[in-house]
Amino acid sequence: MTAIEMRSDHLLPPPPSPKSQVAWWGMVLFLLNEATLFASLIGGYFYLGVGNREWPPAGTPKPELRLPLVMTALLLSSSIVLIVGEKGFEQGKRIRYRVASIITILLGLGFLFVQAREYADKLKAHSPTENAYESIFFTITGLHGTHVAFGLLFLLWALCREWSGTTHPRYPLAIKNSSLYWHFVDGVWLVILTCLYLSPRWY
Amino acid sequence: MTSTADRISVGTDPLRTRLTDLWETPHTWLAWLSTVDHKKLGKRYIYTAFMFFIAGGIEAAIMRAQLARPENRLIGPDAFNQLMTMHGVTMMFLFAQPVLSGFSFYLTPLMIGSRELAFPRLNAFSYYVFLFAGLFMYASFVVGQAPNAGWFNYTPLASVQYNTGFNIDFYALGLLFLGVATTAGACNSIVTILKMRAPGMSINRMPLFLWSSLTMSVAVIFCIPPLTAAVGLLELERRWHFVFFDPRFGGSALLWQHLFWVFGHPWVYIVFLPATGMLSMVIPTFCRRPMIGHTFVALATVTTGLIGFGVWVHHMFATGLPQLSMSFFSAASMTVSIPSAVTIFAWLATMWYGRVVFATPMLFAIAFIVQFVIGGISGVMTAAVPFDWQVTDTYFVVAHIHYVLAGGTLFGVMAGGYYWYPKAYGRMMSESLGKLSFWLMFIGFNVGFFPMHISGLQGMPRRVYTYSVASGFGPANLVTTIGVYIFAVGLLLSLWNAIRSRVAGQIASRNPWGAATLEWLAESPPEHFNFAHIPIIHGREPLWDGAFEEGPAYDETRLTPRTSTLDATLEEPIEMPEDNLWSLVLPLAMLAATVGLLVRSLPWTIAGVVISLLSLARWMWPSNTKTLETET
Repeated sequence: MTAIEMRSDHLLPPPPSPKSQVAWWGMVLFLLNEATLFASLIGGYFYLGVGNREWPPAGTPKPELRLPLVMTALLLSSSIVLIVGEKGFEQGKRIRYRVASIITILLGLGFLFVQAREYADKLKAHSPTENAYESIFFTITGLHGTHVAFGLLFLLWALCREWSGTTHPRYPLAIKNSSLYWHFVDGVWLVILTCLYLSPRWY
Repeated sequence: MTSTADRISVGTDPLRTRLTDLWETPHTWLAWLSTVDHKKLGKRYIYTAFMFFIAGGIEAAIMRAQLARPENRLIGPDAFNQLMTMHGVTMMFLFAQPVLSGFSFYLTPLMIGSRELAFPRLNAFSYYVFLFAGLFMYASFVVGQAPNAGWFNYTPLASVQYNTGFNIDFYALGLLFLGVATTAGACNSIVTILKMRAPGMSINRMPLFLWSSLTMSVAVIFCIPPLTAAVGLLELERRWHFVFFDPRFGGSALLWQHLFWVFGHPWVYIVFLPATGMLSMVIPTFCRRPMIGHTFVALATVTTGLIGFGVWVHHMFATGLPQLSMSFFSAASMTVSIPSAVTIFAWLATMWYGRVVFATPMLFAIAFIVQFVIGGISGVMTAAVPFDWQVTDTYFVVAHIHYVLAGGTLFGVMAGGYYWYPKAYGRMMSESLGKLSFWLMFIGFNVGFFPMHISGLQGMPRRVYTYSVASGFGPANLVTTIGVYIFAVGLLLSLWNAIRSRVAGQIASRNPWGAATLEWLAESPPEHFNFAHIPIIHGREPLWDGAFEEGPAYDETRLTPRTSTLDATLEEPIEMPEDNLWSLVLPLAMLAATVGLLVRSLPWTIAGVVISLLSLARWMWPSNTKTLETET
């Protein structure tokens, strides 16, 4: 094929990439949608905050940092492990992917376990129906926890797909999309940590 | 000009037989339920939307009968509130957006020379979710507790203290559920328009309808979440005693208004822009020349979609916001008139330099322009804060929204309906009935809705079930009622025309209007596979300047090409999924969960969620190991 033909012909396939797959695009749009949902709620958090004289209101302590920092460490390390696993799959090291995926799932379960502990501590003295601050706090963190749980099911599903041999080596979309979702949930947690846990210490 | 379309061969017969075998939906009940054919589902979207439209129209007719004379006792205030709310909810959520989506799902693959949408099963899924969410909300009438706090459902009127029944829960859960359909449909449209265009249809050659459809879909991605957040918080407050909107506990009633209008204003453009896209297809065809300012109209469409996210506060000018904020949003709202004017002048210029054929679709298009200009002017008027204070919550605003959405969107849908009907059914609609229907609708609409400006300026508040004799609102309201009934007769005539023409209409050729875009290259009605050969595009008006050629047939399996985002160079043919039932099982399970939340049944909710997750997992599991590449 000559150079001129290569330029004029619309029928030349580019190298395959999971990122040109329609399902990858669908996932990206879905995540933009999800990000906007969290943005709306966090916007609501600050809107309510501006309308109150003190935020958190008087009588409500600023959220504890100890457990949330443990949770952050768990999620961040899980994302890193998962990236190692993804790279492994791309290089044909399927065992590495499986091990990384299982470790990710365990770290994610750890996150949910610690979050349950944090909730239990908080619920001893306060309830989500007490005031607008507690309501929006539990709503945002609870929604995120639900996303973590769904992310775990998604990762588990992708692992089953890989195990059963129904993942295409060149287009590992199940792996790509579930990982993307997991990294997204991880990123949202960093935003929540900043806005809900850290920001009350700055004003 | 039809000769260009006829130039292309229809494909050799063995090829067509092979493609039909691959793409046809079998004629069984199960196949009918599990079909993923975008043409069948697009039509179903449109039929269902019109079904809800008729329901919303009946609600309007009852309200107009009640308001025809002062101190009428036909229906009481409670019934009026429910009818008024459901009329708004129906027209906004169950008619305007779904009918435009239906057109988009039907037409997009045909316009871009593809055989399917990017996610055919997702299309079936979003259709069923839309249907179930609509039926769910209408089930509220069965228990006599329909939503009753207006379509924008302000707190605290919608809070549990003042609204104890199921009314608002139907609204909140219904919209939560419906949002899934809207979002899924938007993802589908965006990926289809960006990734599935025929080779050579670079982004600057894309028809304007697709620009409007793309803009609408991107706006949906970003505007549905605030609504989801708003109704989610409202349900948490109503059902689980969280507090968000109650100032006694640090909440804010305005939080609802902000969240709702951050969604609501983009939504108004979402239900309007695709109608302008339809006009940009109809007008060049009936002016016999390419659209003037194609690029500028495309840019104006995208700009309108963007600005739509920055004007929500103009719905809240009367709530006591800071001066600076009002000035900003007032200026932003006036800015919208710039891209709108670009589009209108491009249409006018196309008509000026063209040779206008006054067929029914063109008549509706011209009426659209006239009415949209009136609605646009009353929009700019209300963008000015002092004027807005004067007319806020009066019939002036009701007149404005109806001029834009009924005079605009609905007339656009009528134009599009008359225009594409021959493509979808292979028969022409009756022109004489069409013209009669048009004049009844045009006269009825303006007789009906223009006096609302006057009753609004006289101070008649919106959403009242009656008014006193002394108020002097009587005559204007009587005229409105008469006009609206004429309008309704005109509409019913068009519906009758559509039904009658399916058997009695003149047989349509492939390109009966002599149009320029690719959908007219397919048979009328299109074959199951749309195109025997995927076309390769070299120009913006392929059927007028012959700038296309026959491409590959892709007849090994259900294949259609995927191309690059901007230049539409071929990446590879991808295999499209077969019919499947999971895209019906999943919406059913979600409906069970939604009903469970409504009636506070934990088992139903949990069962719904678990079955949803399981069917999702099964859906995404490849049924055929040969087709690993195509997880859609």
